[in-house]
Amino acid sequence: MNSDKSVMPSPRGGSAAKKDGKDPEWANGLRKLYDSVVDEPLPDSFKDLLEQLDTKD
Amino acid sequence: MGGTERTASEKADFKRELTEVVPHLRAFARGLCGRADMADDLVQETLLKAWAAQERFQPGTSMRAWTFVILRNAYLTDMRRNRFRGEYDETVAERILTAPAGQEEPIHLSDMHRALLTLPPERREALLLVGAGGFSYEEAATICDCAVGTIKSRVGRARAALNTMLSDGSIPKRSLQDDAAHRAILEELDDVAAGNGIAARS
Repeated sequence: MNSDKSVMPSPRGGSAAKKDGKDPEWANGLRKLYDSVVDEPLPDSFKDLLEQLDTKD
Repeated sequence: MGGTERTASEKADFKRELTEVVPHLRAFARGLCGRADMADDLVQETLLKAWAAQERFQPGTSMRAWTFVILRNAYLTDMRRNRFRGEYDETVAERILTAPAGQEEPIHLSDMHRALLTLPPERREALLLVGAGGFSYEEAATICDCAVGTIKSRVGRARAALNTMLSDGSIPKRSLQDDAAHRAILEELDDVAAGNGIAARS
């Protein structure tokens, strides 16, 4: 009757990810951590190494 | 090495695919060993081993999974030789990773990275493969040469540990440089390494 909102803390400000039992906030961060390295420009040392592979037989 | 020689075009295909996975190898290595310079050394070592072992690659299968096995084995070997100490790279320190609304303290990339590095290596790699690399449990199990159930349990424990650390802010400062912690990790590595040996036996 009196729906005093003492039962549920209102999810104002939206940390919605947590409450549907899905991935916590940091899970997305883990992928960002990985993707941030994937998206880095490749250092020259790798380009050099890849170029030299052909001559390495 | 023996085996059948690859044709020039097969070699070109191999090299193209190998080149494409380099960014992923770097990301996986960075997550495993923490420091960017050491991670890149590890990737270079992996590329050379992969190139030398290219006859063993089955065209049409996942180059990323195949090279991850090689990288992982190289990492375990180097770890046991004590080359990596899970050192943490301070240069990433203050980049803000996520700033969830309604939370006073944003999660920093550094927090995430440090928390990750405190996990036992087998859980860390399982979480990296599934949670960051996007591999299925089955693929991760193949890469780690263990049962699917084992991977699921490692990922579950890793997630629980990160939940605790990141939501309570209880990330240990530098536990990996602590001798006891480091010794414990090396002991676990022995177990992990005992079951390895798909590719890149050296």
